[in-house]
Amino acid sequence: MTIFLFLALLLAYACGMLLPLCFPHRPHVQNVMAHGSAAVAGCLGIVLGLIGLLAPEPLVWFLPSSIPLLTFSLRLDSLSAFFVLTISLVGLAVSVFASGYVREFYGRIPVSLLGFLYNGFLLSMLLVVTADNAFFFLIVWELMSLLSYFLVVSEHEKPDVRFAGLFYLIMTHVGTAFILVTFLMFYQETGSFAFEAFRSADQSLPEGLRTLVFWTALIGFGTKAGIVPLHVWLPYAHPAAPSHVSALMSGVMIKTAIYGLLRVYFDFLGGPFPWWWGFVVLLVGTVSALLGVMYALMEHDLKSLLAFHSVENIGIILMGIGTGMVFYAYDMPHLAALGIIAGLYHTLNHAVFKALLFMGAGSLLYATHTRNMEEYGGLLRRMPWTGLFFLIGAISISALPPTNGFVSEWLVFQGLFLSLELPSLFLKLMLPIAAALLALTGALALACFVKAFGISFLALPRSSHARKALEVPVPMRVGMGFLASLCLVLGLGPAVVVPLLDRVSEPFVGISIAGRVFEMGGWTLAPVSGEFSSLSTPVLAIVLAGLTGLGWGLAYVLGGKGKTRFYKTWGCGLNVTARMEYTATGFVQPIKRVFSTIYQPTVKLETEFLEESHYFAKRRHFEFSIEPIFLKYLYHPILGFFSTLAARSRVIQGGNLSLYLAYIFVTLVFLLMVMG
Amino acid sequence: MSAIDFLLINLQMVLVLGLSPLIVGVIRRVKAHLQCRHGASVFQPYADLAKLFRKEPVISTTASWIFPATPYILFSSTLAASLLVPTIIAPMPLNFAGNIIALVYLLALGTFFLMLAGLDAGSAFGGMGSSREAIVASLTEPALILSLFAVALTAGSANISAIVYKTAILQGIVLDPPPHLMALVALFIITLAETGRVPVDNPATHLELTMIHEAMILEYSGRYLALVEWAAGMKLMIFLTLLANIFAPWGIATTLSPSALGLGLLVFVGKVVGLAVVVGVFECMFAKLRLFRVTELLGAAFILSLLALVFFYILRV
Repeated sequence: MTIFLFLALLLAYACGMLLPLCFPHRPHVQNVMAHGSAAVAGCLGIVLGLIGLLAPEPLVWFLPSSIPLLTFSLRLDSLSAFFVLTISLVGLAVSVFASGYVREFYGRIPVSLLGFLYNGFLLSMLLVVTADNAFFFLIVWELMSLLSYFLVVSEHEKPDVRFAGLFYLIMTHVGTAFILVTFLMFYQETGSFAFEAFRSADQSLPEGLRTLVFWTALIGFGTKAGIVPLHVWLPYAHPAAPSHVSALMSGVMIKTAIYGLLRVYFDFLGGPFPWWWGFVVLLVGTVSALLGVMYALMEHDLKSLLAFHSVENIGIILMGIGTGMVFYAYDMPHLAALGIIAGLYHTLNHAVFKALLFMGAGSLLYATHTRNMEEYGGLLRRMPWTGLFFLIGAISISALPPTNGFVSEWLVFQGLFLSLELPSLFLKLMLPIAAALLALTGALALACFVKAFGISFLALPRSSHARKALEVPVPMRVGMGFLASLCLVLGLGPAVVVPLLDRVSEPFVGISIAGRVFEMGGWTLAPVSGEFSSLSTPVLAIVLAGLTGLGWGLAYVLGGKGKTRFYKTWGCGLNVTARMEYTATGFVQPIKRVFSTIYQPTVKLETEFLEESHYFAKRRHFEFSIEPIFLKYLYHPILGFFSTLAARSRVIQGGNLSLYLAYIFVTLVFLLMVMG
Repeated sequence: MSAIDFLLINLQMVLVLGLSPLIVGVIRRVKAHLQCRHGASVFQPYADLAKLFRKEPVISTTASWIFPATPYILFSSTLAASLLVPTIIAPMPLNFAGNIIALVYLLALGTFFLMLAGLDAGSAFGGMGSSREAIVASLTEPALILSLFAVALTAGSANISAIVYKTAILQGIVLDPPPHLMALVALFIITLAETGRVPVDNPATHLELTMIHEAMILEYSGRYLALVEWAAGMKLMIFLTLLANIFAPWGIATTLSPSALGLGLLVFVGKVVGLAVVVGVFECMFAKLRLFRVTELLGAAFILSLLALVFFYILRV
């Protein structure tokens, strides 16, 4: 039964890829076919994901091939099903959105090609999370990377887009190389590329090899996930892509790396691993979260800002998973399950609100044709729906109650607080510090989204682009509205979500905690016990709604239904104009100053004075930039080293045919000697 | 949820709503005395609120719906947060709805909208206030969570009611004096920062160089201003209640008997009024710090709460 569902899913994506090619020069038809098929596939994927999550046994499909070592085997266990569900949910919303957004590209970019790549990209992600053979996994992983690369360079006439694409291509292949090494080590030990063999090998691997696998997997998947310091490509590549693709890349593509990490650590390696693995993951997560949000604050290109927030949120996800790994290492399965569930919950939530925010950014781009926040302003009045949805996304990503971001961040906090159960004093101290840094991350994210929403949507328009902006077409609003409502539903419904996630963590840690984390018939989330801590977002939401009513009632009772006067803002005697408003740069100035050690800002101020007097400036030139420290101190030296190496080795290139023949001859003789 | 629980929630709401203007009045009166002024009656804030509710509000033509919606959201989120903090009885009936994290983030919800409202009218003052609030809020939040967690460790629970209840049934014997003292000092500094008091902010100023909270709410008038001021009073009261009941829960009712509740009420009013006097004295003793010196103060609060944590474990080993 499910095999037919899966085939229908494949068919829908195939239709989305191929049908538009049959209607050349009809961009609208191509658009509807490509994104309609993707939306249908998204619906099927949601059903498939739910079936997979609820199935008692993993579903396996197998298709042998004539190529040695390669089998097209697919396996849908609860972990895969969870990611299929996440990808499909976001894919459905983004496809609906894209059917409106892509109109922007009619006549500029062939829509059929875009649709082909888009559907292929979604399909490759689905195959990545369901592949059950290392060879097959690598093929679809590479396919996912390449298709997303082609999507990133959709607008290749712009030089910065080409640069972003190249940067992405190189970094993603560095990551793939490490993943390849990871799998080759398993292959060496097991003699098979089947994940089934990897899975059964877990305990028999030598300790050194297990450690090596831990590091290569962390680097390999970490590059795709965008952990610091491997995140450098992400803020270039994600904004360069068309917005609906950015939504998919930030929302779900980087999550395939989380899938990979969970698969390798818990499924393949399994068993008792040293506590420091978890600590390393936690540390990487904390650093990524903090630096991600800090760089996001300084970014005034809305899409780059969101891309840096992806680094932050991947960090928060890894904090949850790292906490789980620490508890797992100390054989505390209940708490390990809590950490993993927190990480997975945040994975789902981040997919939902980040895709929503990227679609919001896409809508702004659609309406104003600029990504610079300093040119927005006053858009809430011009685009009320987009504004409302963006606001919901902003509240969710700032982890404010009662939205979904709050619930998952709350769970991460609980995991860190429960460090008091750990036997190690070092970890007892480190985990609460991580919690404090998570609080700092949360507060800075809040500041960042006050900036993002406040500067973009409130006050007066700062440019003629913003003044002339109009609300976006209905399909785009529907896509955003769907995810915005999901933000609220996932926030109010941990009672439904957590048991589903528990099915994912259960095979890894060995026990189910679904029955133990709820009190009061599912109304209250209480990890370990209600005695330690508890949360009930539905009750909080009801209380908030009731008290808002009370506030309104009090104002009515105490003041009567007085009239309200509307008048222009007081501007010290002048008419308030957009130039008097606080800018995004001004808004974050105090933060930049306080954290100047991290930002290393360089400010250049040149003043040209009048000839008559040095008290009157004629012209001022202000320049300000932030040093991307990782690029400067890590990547540029590496790049410099390889450039020098290349320049040095150029001497062997004589340009003479006989010389190259001589090289071949020497190599052949050398190889014969070695091999013989 | 039983009828008694419902009654207790309403009692708490009435208490917080009714008492918070008095706290503001007491602080003002103390400051006036120390500055050798006569000062207004401690009940003046009630009259101010009543007047503001009746006044015609002015809304900027630049502003969007965020501006008029914010006071209601701020009011409800602050009042909701206050329902998690036990005042005269522990545990609170709504204890299950959230722990220290929920408290901090509920308050952050109000701050989020207030910062947006500051930007909404388009005046530079509002933006300046929001921008400064952003840095102060970012630096207080980690210290706040860490200091509350240090106290939560002793109680073995992160629910505020449980922390208070467990300390209260020990009849005033604080188990871990050094960590508690450090956390107390940290929380006091955070209280001054979060509620916009001197030396972090000055609630009595309208000078653009110094104001933070006042700058954000500069465009508000009429009933909107009344709600914002009331919420600010409630936030002050939440923090004073935390200080009073976490570190000195003596006298708080732990049973439902009328005598215990009556005593709890009396002791509670005494404690928060006493703390309000302390805050007032502090406001007179210190000058407002420059914005970029505030980071050092908040850094000290963070270090203190970190030390509280370290000491908790070291003394247990």
